[in-house]
Amino acid sequence: MFLKLSLRAVFLGAGGGNDIQWCFSQVKGAVDDDVAEADIISTVEFNHSGELLATGDKGGRVVIFQQEQENKTQTHSRGEYNVYSTFQSHEPEFDYLKSLEIEEKINKIRWLPQKNAAQFLLSTNDKTIKLWKISERDKRPEGYNLKEEDGRYRDPTTVTTLRVPVFRPMDLMVEASPRRIFANAHTYHINSISINSDYETYLSADDLRINLWHLEITDRSFNIVDIKPANMEELTEVITAAEFHPNSCNTFVYSSSKGTIRLCDMRASALCDRHSKLFEEPEDPSNRSFFSEIISSISDVKFSHSGRYMMTRDYLSVKIWDLNMENRPVETYQVHEYLRSKLCSLYENDCIFDKFECCWNGSDSVVMTGSYNNFFRMFDRNTKRDITLEASRENNKPRTVLKPRKVCASGKRKKDEISVDSLDFNKKILHTAWHPKENIIAVATTNNLYIFQDKVN
Amino acid sequence: MLCKGVKRKREEEEEEELTSQDWWLEEATPSPSSEEGAGPAPLPPSSLFNLSIFKLHHGLRRGEPDLRHLVLVVNTLRRIQSSMALEPSAPEPPCPAPADPFPVVPDTPLCTSVSALLDDLSHIEGLSDTQTAFPEDAPLSRPPDPGLDPGRPAPLGSLELLLEDGLEGLFDDIDTSMYDCELWPNLKTDSGETEDKIQGPGLDVSELDYLMDVIVGTQTL
Repeated sequence: MFLKLSLRAVFLGAGGGNDIQWCFSQVKGAVDDDVAEADIISTVEFNHSGELLATGDKGGRVVIFQQEQENKTQTHSRGEYNVYSTFQSHEPEFDYLKSLEIEEKINKIRWLPQKNAAQFLLSTNDKTIKLWKISERDKRPEGYNLKEEDGRYRDPTTVTTLRVPVFRPMDLMVEASPRRIFANAHTYHINSISINSDYETYLSADDLRINLWHLEITDRSFNIVDIKPANMEELTEVITAAEFHPNSCNTFVYSSSKGTIRLCDMRASALCDRHSKLFEEPEDPSNRSFFSEIISSISDVKFSHSGRYMMTRDYLSVKIWDLNMENRPVETYQVHEYLRSKLCSLYENDCIFDKFECCWNGSDSVVMTGSYNNFFRMFDRNTKRDITLEASRENNKPRTVLKPRKVCASGKRKKDEISVDSLDFNKKILHTAWHPKENIIAVATTNNLYIFQDKVN
Repeated sequence: MLCKGVKRKREEEEEEELTSQDWWLEEATPSPSSEEGAGPAPLPPSSLFNLSIFKLHHGLRRGEPDLRHLVLVVNTLRRIQSSMALEPSAPEPPCPAPADPFPVVPDTPLCTSVSALLDDLSHIEGLSDTQTAFPEDAPLSRPPDPGLDPGRPAPLGSLELLLEDGLEGLFDDIDTSMYDCELWPNLKTDSGETEDKIQGPGLDVSELDYLMDVIVGTQTL
């Protein structure tokens, strides 16, 4: 008995997702149920230090939140995230050749590591990637000789003395300016961008091609993967996600709609149509159905911080792959297996095509992904325990500990359980992000951003 | 149909039974390991087929089709069709699929209709290939596809493909009547012939090509 208690005490400090008590911290976004289309959050991303949190939405806007400096008097919680900068990243465009409108929706945001006082991020819609510089200005020059303070030019003949302009403090202004625009390289819809560990190049992937860019060069990119068949009638597979390895600048992976992941080495050839490794799990014959391929389609792929593993998300599960083992994942976590018997209905209402993302915690010990009914799930890889939590305004008192939720798949529903048929499939959590160093998570519902953190005693 | 959920009281929950009217809640194919033993019969493949055709048409009618969605639906259609081909004598219950403006004939070869749809898509997408930023020269550029049918119009792909396939096809639609005049009476052809040929009733094809190349600057004078 004593031994069991002491073991449990050790695990409590281990930082696993399920021994942590998650508390509500903040919620951003409109309160009313009427969701404006433009406000639908389409991507969430912490920067490398975790100090900044960026969201992109369907209206083409980027909102960046900054964490407050930790207040020594408020030891029971970490700094809050407040709006730091808001800017219009992409505008709707018109493709005159196809007579089609190009959506301004931000598909992905990726931060560059900070090299100087300014911050840089890449944001992309379906066709165009932009490099944004976010810089602070907290002083301005005053005392020009030839200009008045309001900017009007002075008559030079009235200048009788000279003075040296000086910088004076001003209210902090955060400016976002587009530094590079990478356009006209994608015929199909961009689904991923990933910055290389060399911090000089990055890749962008659409349904059929992956291009390699240099951050300084906008008028050309190198095509490194092309799976477009010569005859489009033979098209049976598309690229769904791509990412560079966190440490090897020559290695990247891309996932497909058929549930495969290909690891490519750019040193092998210029066009990486032949993979170095192919990761694929054989289909379970007992679960075969007309929808097998759709539910095996990978919606997200993420390398672990260590670079040794990668995680994939398909419709019903999260899988962890060891890069040294191609024939099956080393770990599989069921996100919402109770939906397997509802696939027909989910096909009819198109929910089966929803693309859920997934993310690692800073130490790669816990993974998180979203589900329906504003539920999100965490899986502790060490303890093999999982937890389901809900992002809801009902629990929005600061430091309120979130209660675990449970879905009743069949049989009699217990108290506090929710039956599958009661789930709201319009409330889906597709985008989540985990602070790179701390237990702070950002969870996006349709138009709200929830921030949760672990209870600090 | 699964939609916005309604939280029900515990008493109501216990009184409810799974009804057989919600046909769409059941798995499409009978799974040998299904735990729903006494549940309603699974959705017939023909209904799924109709639904998939509807989705396909609906997806293509959108401004710009979602290629992933399209491919997944098409692959599902193929699976359903293969399954239906294997069981041609299976009874077809009344199809409760949504009102379908496109009359569906399951007997129609799927490959024909799907191929036609994907081919339309390729023409649309092929047009916008001209916007593609041209990659660097070899070895980083893509080698030409040897499987290209020489009889087909050159695909509007990347620059190196165009160069290697020749430029002739690109200018088929240009009105060349303006070149049938004597703007360049002294122009020498490669063979060294001069005015006689040019002042003739019309330029021959090779000289016309040469002139066109000159105009577009692909050859030096």
